[in-house]
Amino acid sequence: MNTAMECILYLAVLILLAVPLGTYIGKVMNGEPVFLSKVILPIENATYRMLKIEKEEQMTAKKYSISVILFSVFSFLVLFLLHLLQGVLPLNPESLPGTSWHLAFNNTSSFVTNTNWQSYSGESTLSYFTQMLGLTVQNFASAAVGIAVLFALIRGFIKVKETGLGSFWVDTTRTILYILLPLSLVISIALVSQGVIQNFSSYQTVTLVQPVTLQDGTKITQEVVPQGPAASQIAIKQLGTNGGGYMGTNSAHPLENPTPFSNLIEMLSILLIPAALCFTFGRNVKDKRQGVAIFLAMFILLCSALAVIAASESGASPQLAQNGAVNVSSVGQAGGNMEGKETRFGIAASSTWAAFTTAASNGSVNSMHDSYTPLGGMIPMLLMQLGEVVFGGVGCGLYGMIGFAILAVFIAGLMVGRTPEYLGKKIEPYEMRMAVLVCLATPVAILIGSGLAAALPQTVQSLSNKGAHGFSEILYAYSSAGGNNGSAFAGFNANTVFGNVSIGLIMLFVRFVPMLATLAIAGSLVQKKRVAVSAGTLPTHNAMFVGLLIFVVLLIGALSFFPALALGPIAEYFQMLG
Amino acid sequence: MSTNKKKNDGFANKQMLSRAIKDSFVKLNPKTQLQNPVMFLVYISAILTTGLFILSLFGIRDAKPAFIFGIALILWFTVLFGNFAEAIAEGRGKAQADALRAAKKDVEANRIPSLTERNQITKISSAQLKKGDLVIVNAGEQIPADGEVLDGAASVDESAITGESAPVIRESGGDRSAVTGGTTVISDWLVIQVTSEAGESFLDKMIAMVEGASRKKTPNEIALQIFLVALTIIFLLVTLALYPYSAFAASQAGKANQTSVTSLVALLVCLAPTTIGALLSSIGIAGMSRLNQANVLAMSGRAIEAAGDVDILMLDKTGTITLGNRQACEFVPVDGVDIKELADAAQLSSLADETPEGRSVVVLAKQQFGIRGRNLSGMNAQFIPFTAKTRMSGVDFMGNEIRKGAAEAVKEYILEKGGVYSASCEDAVKRISNHGGTPLVVAKNGKVLGVIHLKDIIKDGVKEKFADLRKMGIKTIMITGDNPLTAAAIAAEAGVDDFLAEATPEGKLKMIREFQQQGHLVAMTGDGTNDAPALAQADVAVAMNTGTQAAKEAGNMVDLDSSPTKLIDIVRIGKQLLMTRGSLTTFSIANDLAKYFAIIPALFMSVYPGLAALNIMGLHSADSAIFSAIIYNALIIVALIPLALRGVKYREVTASQLLSRNLLVYGLGGIAAPFIAVKLIDLLIVAIGIV
Repeated sequence: MNTAMECILYLAVLILLAVPLGTYIGKVMNGEPVFLSKVILPIENATYRMLKIEKEEQMTAKKYSISVILFSVFSFLVLFLLHLLQGVLPLNPESLPGTSWHLAFNNTSSFVTNTNWQSYSGESTLSYFTQMLGLTVQNFASAAVGIAVLFALIRGFIKVKETGLGSFWVDTTRTILYILLPLSLVISIALVSQGVIQNFSSYQTVTLVQPVTLQDGTKITQEVVPQGPAASQIAIKQLGTNGGGYMGTNSAHPLENPTPFSNLIEMLSILLIPAALCFTFGRNVKDKRQGVAIFLAMFILLCSALAVIAASESGASPQLAQNGAVNVSSVGQAGGNMEGKETRFGIAASSTWAAFTTAASNGSVNSMHDSYTPLGGMIPMLLMQLGEVVFGGVGCGLYGMIGFAILAVFIAGLMVGRTPEYLGKKIEPYEMRMAVLVCLATPVAILIGSGLAAALPQTVQSLSNKGAHGFSEILYAYSSAGGNNGSAFAGFNANTVFGNVSIGLIMLFVRFVPMLATLAIAGSLVQKKRVAVSAGTLPTHNAMFVGLLIFVVLLIGALSFFPALALGPIAEYFQMLG
Repeated sequence: MSTNKKKNDGFANKQMLSRAIKDSFVKLNPKTQLQNPVMFLVYISAILTTGLFILSLFGIRDAKPAFIFGIALILWFTVLFGNFAEAIAEGRGKAQADALRAAKKDVEANRIPSLTERNQITKISSAQLKKGDLVIVNAGEQIPADGEVLDGAASVDESAITGESAPVIRESGGDRSAVTGGTTVISDWLVIQVTSEAGESFLDKMIAMVEGASRKKTPNEIALQIFLVALTIIFLLVTLALYPYSAFAASQAGKANQTSVTSLVALLVCLAPTTIGALLSSIGIAGMSRLNQANVLAMSGRAIEAAGDVDILMLDKTGTITLGNRQACEFVPVDGVDIKELADAAQLSSLADETPEGRSVVVLAKQQFGIRGRNLSGMNAQFIPFTAKTRMSGVDFMGNEIRKGAAEAVKEYILEKGGVYSASCEDAVKRISNHGGTPLVVAKNGKVLGVIHLKDIIKDGVKEKFADLRKMGIKTIMITGDNPLTAAAIAAEAGVDDFLAEATPEGKLKMIREFQQQGHLVAMTGDGTNDAPALAQADVAVAMNTGTQAAKEAGNMVDLDSSPTKLIDIVRIGKQLLMTRGSLTTFSIANDLAKYFAIIPALFMSVYPGLAALNIMGLHSADSAIFSAIIYNALIIVALIPLALRGVKYREVTASQLLSRNLLVYGLGGIAAPFIAVKLIDLLIVAIGIV
């Protein structure tokens, strides 16, 4: 029961924070004054002057898309070069060399696409310079791009018979200045107060209080403790649904996430902006109920996922229980399946994090998902396979869900005998074509990637487990890339040429295909007239629509991945039962 | 058509069935198959498995030859069933087209150089007539081409097109001047100016439409097809990926890969939305065919779909909301006149009045006071007919003068005679107008007796019909030439949402534009040339077949019955068409759940015995599971053909209620039905020993 109460508390705090933030974001993106305007507006205007940005520009969908692409290509090139050249660049106390080309490609794709899949350990591979000027910058930039595109889509819905969707440069600038920077500042200071490191020191060697003797007799008495500017990167990695850890073990590392309170802050930061954006959506399309409906659909999916994970993990497995010989109850102890989990977090905080991080396309972890029970590990995988629309990445999660909403109104609209419409705009063949791209890019990428990986003989060497669980490791890796999530099942070593290139390509594909398709939808909708609402209009703000939307999301996910899941976690589950 | 439509209402007759079966094989042509991507996939799968079967006979075995043969056979049947569904839907249209073709034969036309030289007749084949040619058609002759009557008036038998055997009047000028080639002049003669050349005539268009030859995919159909193709691509990838998945699983378990290409093809066909894919075009054709049966000819499939979206109906008052004529319902005496005296005078003046209004006065007098018909000839009576100038009618007999007519006209008449037009008479007139009635003032020998209350009779059931439409979110607007007071009263009584009084063509056009500006879709009917601009502006415009050529060209549908209430049927057919598509799509996709539960355990039980737990239907064996699923997949197409042709049940309720009902029936039903059916098929094929 404690586990359940704890989970409910987390969710309640999340909603309490998301609602006001949603209003704030809505105002910011419309250019309405907010309480920070006094401080930030001069900086904003100075930025535009410096970069020669036309504040009132109304870009067409085409121009907006080109701007997105240009910006992303530029980001890509800079980050790629930083990886290769970090050996000769400053702020590299450990003298780490440049990375391999395929790791650079993979990691650049990963951070530019807001995925933050890492097939390496940060502390032993990347210099402070690459982490700060490369990764942290992209943590801001890629998050801002996602949010900007969402607002282009929102404008597509609210404007009537126009062509302009706003300015990409203005949207990106506002997102960073008003939303990401202030929030990151507050959160990094809070994290530092809990003991998260923020320095430029070189790594420290400390003597172990309790020396360890390995099986071969080697005695270990000393440990290298990594240092660096962690807190600033962690704040944005959580807020921007990036998830790329400063350390290899991500937020399970005690210097990245030292206390239960830092854990709470980091965990809530994952879903804060994606949840707030649902309310922003309702506010900015001038019908709050629409935003609440989408929020509820996501929230119900999240709660169900969390319930299954928490139940599976606290229920442990027959193998752990040993016919009752081992006490796995959570009375007076962490209990359940504690393998791969930190004792300072326990089942509830680990399960909640696992659900949050895979629901949002965050991918940071505070426990090792590879060690979860079969069903407990299947749910995070499924959440990613659904296309990261259960809150999902900042901006992109919501526009992905709107893609599903378009599919849902299409089927439902036909069933009530009308040409389907959403928020007063008719859904016609062009929108359908694009919505299909938004919704199906993820399954297509995951199926192709994991199919190829399963077919390649060398894949077996990347696995740390055999049989169904080994297959789950492959599937998890490609689901993580295909959902732009970035979390890892840990057991899978992806730092190979095939792994890096295939996963890199998938990340680029699932990021930019839906994004450009979304802008295409926005560009088409903005030119349409608004259809009047009547009793014959399919309501998209009631319980039935919420149910239908959930059903469509699950249906596409289930139909695409049932066979794969049957061979992975489901087969493993039945093996576990014996 | 309307006369024989009852006969065709059944699913299909024997002749149509045999034609459809033949066509199912003709449609195996790859070009035809390519039109429908989902079914094309089944077609390719059938060819592939047939190839695998032939290879297996030579020892290159993907699976047991008998298994491959069975799957290939069922796949071919699936393709044929899909073809059959389309053929049977087309069948009805083809039969109709044959009948129309019979009407469309070359005839000899009498061409004349001009209206004044109608004796200089040149005989010419109707096929050679050009636009603008003048022809004269005499009684008993067939009208050679579509045209506009320039001179003459005649009764014309249009049954070849409308199915209505009663002849109609066609005359020059006015709104009944259009004639259609293929119809026959029964009496008198007409001079016609040809408006369409051979091959482009109304009859040609009609044949093309009912046959489906000019059927283009509508936007909704295209959008749905995009969705279906996308799903198919996903399932193709699912099955493609499944091969390495299962090879990986088998090698990890140290076993041989049990998954054959044949079983994966079977899985693919099961998962692909073949049910809706096979029925999609039949649903469209059947919708068009239902519209034809309602005697409405749509100029495009797009128009039918637009009808489903309409949320404003502009209805003409007369004929749609009210019966065509007014009836007397009350005598209102004024200035202390006895009511019987008024009734008597009113009846006398109306005895010779053959208009429906006049007759209703006689009827009312008899009902209320037992005043019987009298022989006017004995009284040396002279009937004064109504003219547009006097706006009065009446009777003169034995020195008496009775007049009845519009209040204004009678007032003028009375004042001229030096009589008194009292305030109480004014009041009575005003009161009747305010209640939506038409007052007829009756005067005898220069003295006002009273007023007859003529009332518009609202048709039975229209109020309920409009309430139903309102529930569906469709507003009704009454269009009338009446003054606003009268219009408001009738509108209130009939329960329409709004009205346009003293309607002019410009007023209608303006109103349509305003509604469209607010995002509404407007449907209207019209017949006159002056309706043409409004018809062209409306989203769904139904022109009466009796109307002018201009009206017909401006509209996107023609109502052969020329019935003003047809608009409501058209909306129903449009909605039903879309609903059928949506419901069957939902059903088709919902089916996949059961198919997964049948096939996945069957494929992988050998590697992971635990997966037997997913075999919740308890199917007999791996082979029987795959067979049962794919047989179900083929049979469900045939089982749903009647539904596709008939359309799903349509109710006038709100969108939410429609959705919840259809989700329940086709969504939940779609999940449950295959679980039961697949299990039954499994029991059956095991019992008869096929597997």
